[in-house]
Amino acid sequence: MAERSWSLGGALRGLFTTPVVDDEMWDDLEAALIGADFGPDLTDEILDHLRSEVERLRITDPADVKRLLRETIEERLAAHDPTLRLSERPAVVLVVGVNGVGKTTTIGKFAKFLTGYQRSVVVGAADTFRAAAVDQLATWAERAGAAVVRPQQQGQDPASVAYQTVERAIADGTDIAIIDTAGRLQTKAGLMDELAKVRRVVEKLAPIAEVLLVLDGTTGQNGVAQAQAFIEHAGVTGLVITKLDGSAKGGFVLRVQQQTGIPIKLIGQGEGIGDLTGFTPHVFAQSLVP
Amino acid sequence: MATFGTLSDRLTQTFSALRTKGKLSPADVDGTVREIRRALLDADVALPVVKDFTARVRERALGDEVNKALNPAQQVVKIVNDELVTILGGEQRRLQFAKSGPTVIMLAGLQGAGKTTLAGKLAKWLKNDGHTPMLVAADLQRPNAVQQLQVVGEQAGATVYAPEPGNGVGDPVRVAKDAMKVAVDKQHDVVIVDTAGRLGVDAELMNQASNIRKAIDPDEVLFVIDAMIGQDAVATAQAFQEGVDFTGVVLSKLDGDARGGAALSVASVTGRPIMFASTGESLDDFEPFYPDRMASRILDLGDILTLIEQAQKAFDEDQARKTAEKFATDSFTLEDFLEQMQQLKNMGSIKGMLGMLPGARGMKEQLDNFDESELTRTEAIIRSMTPAERRMPKLLNGSRRLRIAKGSGTTVTEVNQLVMRFEQAAKMMKTVAKGGMPQIPGMGPLGMGGGPGARSARKAQKKKGKTGSRSGNPAKRAAEEAAKAHGGATGAPTGSGFGLGGGASAGGQAPTPEELEALQKFLGR
Repeated sequence: MAERSWSLGGALRGLFTTPVVDDEMWDDLEAALIGADFGPDLTDEILDHLRSEVERLRITDPADVKRLLRETIEERLAAHDPTLRLSERPAVVLVVGVNGVGKTTTIGKFAKFLTGYQRSVVVGAADTFRAAAVDQLATWAERAGAAVVRPQQQGQDPASVAYQTVERAIADGTDIAIIDTAGRLQTKAGLMDELAKVRRVVEKLAPIAEVLLVLDGTTGQNGVAQAQAFIEHAGVTGLVITKLDGSAKGGFVLRVQQQTGIPIKLIGQGEGIGDLTGFTPHVFAQSLVP
Repeated sequence: MATFGTLSDRLTQTFSALRTKGKLSPADVDGTVREIRRALLDADVALPVVKDFTARVRERALGDEVNKALNPAQQVVKIVNDELVTILGGEQRRLQFAKSGPTVIMLAGLQGAGKTTLAGKLAKWLKNDGHTPMLVAADLQRPNAVQQLQVVGEQAGATVYAPEPGNGVGDPVRVAKDAMKVAVDKQHDVVIVDTAGRLGVDAELMNQASNIRKAIDPDEVLFVIDAMIGQDAVATAQAFQEGVDFTGVVLSKLDGDARGGAALSVASVTGRPIMFASTGESLDDFEPFYPDRMASRILDLGDILTLIEQAQKAFDEDQARKTAEKFATDSFTLEDFLEQMQQLKNMGSIKGMLGMLPGARGMKEQLDNFDESELTRTEAIIRSMTPAERRMPKLLNGSRRLRIAKGSGTTVTEVNQLVMRFEQAAKMMKTVAKGGMPQIPGMGPLGMGGGPGARSARKAQKKKGKTGSRSGNPAKRAAEEAAKAHGGATGAPTGSGFGLGGGASAGGQAPTPEELEALQKFLGR
């Protein structure tokens, strides 16, 4: 895989080319990690780990430190299983997240990803709040070759749209039902409860296979708070990281994964319909620290 | 990772050792600065900005700048806050309207920052101000962004110019350009151009944004940025500054719980003012940006700062001295009492206030036993008196007392108790004030002055005087009660009952004299 623009490469350039492991290198490494949104706590943790390893293994070559860093990140990322579980029929996938992280776009790409594997897909436009969200989803569904369930009227209860989507999936024998929800900030208790309701209502028909939390790759340390709130209210089973085609490094996901134990399952890197890939710790670590 | 608590908790820890020092040593400052650095990084302030910022704070904290009203730890916090407000609000300004022709406002930002929603909010806000805004749909990229703008425009009651269907069809530069003519024809005085979200690293799209800017020559280019963004804020802001040279910043999604360090990064790196904050999904959730609120939010320090302010406001020495004088000259009335009680109420919940005090957390139990409604009842009684009665409690005969009790929803007994307590206390305080007052200023290491301490003792009697055995001699009785009040309020045995004695004797005990003194100030009432 080619070097991505979001890799730490830029920040690390010149960092590991110095001849010896010295204080300056450590300072630069700290700056690079913080700059990649790892956050001060995780940065300290990683640095402490690296320092003790460097001491233990008597490493003197910065290139080895770099390798060690990559391995550390990969190891931490690999601690959780990134496989999507979509074996039930229909497999119901609920997509949640705060406003503007790219939920609808992700669903479009995800539907395409699934139809590419000859799975039939129906998407439910349960974002009945934001203006034109239903149309946006319908456009994506059309591009992906998926069926769409629209709300029958403006401002319909999202839970009922979700219910109808699953109902339709069962009736038509569709493999996978993906439900789009309105963006909500994790601090809005009422909206978070609504999500729990959507979940409850859908579960009357079929168990929910996956609840995917979409996180914006440019987010900072608030990503952890988002994940915690959505896990509590919606029972998140996997993370999707979007907008990794920009200059943000998305280091906070490591902290999210570590703190919540929820694995990253998908990665979005562009506005094209094919710009969604599964998550592989090795590739991610490789692109973060080339 | 473990929860590290708020910055104020951590700073409190760092500060507890410093509290008795008059001046900070470089090592003390370094410790504090380290905590602040961490807090800023946790709030997603960009690293280079944090470095600059902490260097400046360190320099000022070590300088001779000493605010006499605060202790050294609070000085540092105050310096930090001042610096933050300076950066965030250094160049506060309003929208610049064109001298002739329509005012053109262009919106730019990353995907999902909230541009389209903001367009609607801005339109509604301008409309309420008597303008006739027109929205231009120049986001032809995102599926159905045009429809979204149309819906939002309708909600805001603004015209929407959307000649192209979007979804990748049409040329945004052309749309923007044509919109200018339409605006002039239709006599709209403000044009808001919504553009597609783009990444800072996407050269092609940045170029397109730059072309839109050239084509419409906007009066304002607003850069919309998500308050939740992380360290990338700097790179993105710089890319947009180069690309479209924005004139102002809008912080969106401030209704979440992100601390919004990005605001500081963007303001400090680009030097562009933050003009608006977007705080919700309804079109009315839009307000001008308040630098001071943002500063507290970034530092997560609101409570300490508020406390400092409140303490400065509510306990200034002059006022305390005036009260003391009133005691001495026997002109302290129920009116003064009421006034002070209101002052106390203005500061918010007493329990809340105490909770804010660094170190007061250990006294939670005593706090929980404190009955705030007592204050309200006392206030109600005084408020049911006529001004003449308040000045001359001697006027209060049986029928007046009955009226007051009815008016305040209390009983005559309660009114009697209040009057009695007031008279005893005033009498006693007169004695104390005459003898003890001159020594009091300078007693408190906090620099808040000793006056309040004395005042608090008086209050202590008022409150506590209600219960327990009483001495026949009013002064002696009051003294006993004050002693009880001190003991009861703080759990610390005190030998002397008067404000001076109470403060001084408490001074020798753990946790620290300031805390107890401050606690007594509140509890005493």
